Parts: sequence; C-alpha cells; structure tokens
Amino acid sequence: MAKVTLVVNGRTVSGECEDRMLLVHFIREKLGLTGTHVGCDTTQCGACVVHMDGRSVKSCSILAVQASGSTVTTIEGLAPQGELHPVQAAFKEHHGLQCGFCTPGMVMTAVDMINHHGGNLDEASIRAGLEGNICRCTGYHNIVKAVLAADAEMAGAGRRQAAE
Amino acid sequence: MYATDYHRASSVQEAVNLLSSRPVGKYLAGGMTLIATMKQRLAAPSDLVDLRHIPDLKGIAVEGRKVRIGAATPHSDVAGSAALQAVCPAICHLAGRIGDPHVRHMGTIGGSIANNDPAADYPAVVLGLGATVVTDRRSIPADDFFTGLFETALEEGEMITAVTFEAPEKAGYAKFDNPASRFAMAGVFVSRGADGVRVAVTGAGADGVFRHNGMEAALASSWSSDALANIAVDSAGMLSDLHADAEYRANLVKVMAKRAMAAAG
Repeated sequence: MAKVTLVVNGRTVSGECEDRMLLVHFIREKLGLTGTHVGCDTTQCGACVVHMDGRSVKSCSILAVQASGSTVTTIEGLAPQGELHPVQAAFKEHHGLQCGFCTPGMVMTAVDMINHHGGNLDEASIRAGLEGNICRCTGYHNIVKAVLAADAEMAGAGRRQAAE
Repeated sequence: MYATDYHRASSVQEAVNLLSSRPVGKYLAGGMTLIATMKQRLAAPSDLVDLRHIPDLKGIAVEGRKVRIGAATPHSDVAGSAALQAVCPAICHLAGRIGDPHVRHMGTIGGSIANNDPAADYPAVVLGLGATVVTDRRSIPADDFFTGLFETALEEGEMITAVTFEAPEKAGYAKFDNPASRFAMAGVFVSRGADGVRVAVTGAGADGVFRHNGMEAALASSWSSDALANIAVDSAGMLSDLHADAEYRANLVKVMAKRAMAAAG
C-alpha cells in the first residue's frame, strides 16, 4: 500500500491505495471526483485527461503513486465558483458536445493548449492538439470552433487585463 | 494490472541499487509504454523504480555544436527547446510528432530508446545522428545500441542517463504514420555531419531501426532528393502486417527519405 498526497483543485488531499492503482481511479474512487472519465483504458481516447503540474496528461496511464507530490487540476477545478470557464462556455455556445462523455478530456486538453499556445492557435494547430482525444459524436468541427472562440475570448480578456 | 511495488529514486545510484535488490524490477520513466503494457498484463514487473525525480536525468544542454539530452527529458521539452531548435531543428520536429500532446508531456527519450519499439520515432534520430547513448556505466555508440525488435545492448539493470551528439550540418525527418496509432509505418531520418551522411529507417524493418547503406552512398556523393531517384529499396527484411505489406513499406521508405531530404534542405 502507498500513501498518496496530492494538491487537487487547490486542496491538499491524501489517501491510501495499492501501488498499482491508476491516477484516474484514485481521482474517481478515492476522491469522488467523477468528472474525469475512463473511455478506452488503452491510453488512446483522452477522456481521462487532467493537468499534472501544469501539463495535460492521461490519468489512466499514470499510477496514483507516481503522481504523489504533484498538483492536479481536474474538470471540477475549472469552475470553482460555479461560473463556467471560458472554454466550457465556448463548448456550450458552439455545441462542442453531444453525448458529453469525451467532453471533460476535450475541455482539459483545450485549456492546456490555450495555456501554452494561447493567441497563436488556428484550426490546424487545434486539430493537431486534439490528436490524443477521441469524440465519436461531433465530428470535431464544433469542438474546433469552440476552442478557437475560447482562445480569442481568453486572449482578449488577457489584453483587457493587461490594459487595466 | 498485476500487483507491483513502487519505489521513487532521487539519484542514479539509488535507482540502480533499488533495482538490483529486487527480483524482477523495471525502471519506470514516463511510463507511456510500460504502464499501458502492464495494464494489459503483458508485463508484470515485481517492482518499479521511478526515474522521473532524478535531477541529473533531466534537461537539455547545448554547448556550441555539442548536445546532451538527459534521459528523463520528456518529448514536449525536446520539441519546444529553443536551444535545440537553433542547432538541430529536425529532432524538435521529430519529438513534436510522437504520439499526442499528453503522451509527449510524460514520455521520455531514454524510455523510448530503451524500449526500442520498431515503430518508434526516437531510434531513428539516435541512429540517424550517430548519437551516443550514455548509461550509468559506459557510453554506447548508436550503431551498437539497437540490436533487434525491442532489444538493445543494455545489460541487466543498466540505466540510460543521457543521449549526446554533435549537431549535424543538415538533418531532416519524415514519417508516414499509421492513421490510428500515429506510430511510424515508415520513418526516415537523414543527416550530414562531420562523420558523413547517415540514413536511419524506423517503422519498416523487421528487425527494428536500421541504416540504409545504398541511400547513404547516394547522398554522400550528391546531397539531394534527386540522388535517391535510382535507389532501389529492397522489400526483403521489411515488416509485413495488416497495416502494410513489405513491398508497400519499401516504397514508403523511399518516399519518406525524399521528404526527409526536402525537410533537411
């Protein structure tokens, strides 16, 4: 058994688990944060994407004990005050989801993309950035539109903030 | 996944000691292959020794034309390194096309070449640059390192600590990726440097990454895509599977070599 300590969505949390427990199962079963999904379990679909120390990772392919000591953000951590994050709002506005199963991973991936390449995204770079996330409903077009819109919105907000 | 015991090492020596005292241990770098393999019960190490927290294994150092990449450096760091981009942009391009962004945030150069997947990208650049694989006990030239499918010259318990190379004058990489997995169905790395021309092929060979002597000779006498026009790539020794048969892969190798030359300029 291992003791795992993480900062998840700004809160320090600890739990005991087997060394073989995956981070996604720790998040869902030990912490009760079920917004992070398990889609394929073979490291392909991206439904389990969370941020670990500021980078998007597939939580189904990392042991919880490997992540111990790191800072993790899950989909629940994006809108702590109940107001949608700009990326979530853009997915809603542009109908970037249908069944919604892949959406937490899509949104976390989009936020990572904008955090690291914000203001420089175009359709091609967004499609390349979504390489590790599979959606079986939308055909991706509206997801790409949503990420483009959120990028523009967040870049604008950044400029407004800088000007103030 | 079968039960396993996890250990976190903070130095190379500690990692080596930890592994040597365990029955069937494995080093764990980014885990992008190992964890997935363990989930499918295709690997069942009794112990994992995590290398991600060893400072000596991380980082990229460029001094003049000499490059050292720590073994635990993730693909995304190589892809985004301004220092590497300045001396060898081909390796940044290659690293930026491995897997997907999430895999690139975790997967490492040391992990990739230690695994030596026949369709992985990194073996092509390491062999194609004539790089040196540095371990906890010796330095291994790339030509001696890759010994077959998922096989390397690494001894039991030996750990890769870095990859070093001299930046080439020219280099380029092109791959034709499997539309589902993004692994290379054929990937070709070309380079011209102090030690001459090298052409390394991944994804296509039945024994893993290999150098193509015919293309090297042609490019040594004339560094241009046109020099490859009359080169025949033999389909004997090529992988043949449901994705592509040997003849198709042989053709892809030639096409990718031309594209790699176009990228190298």
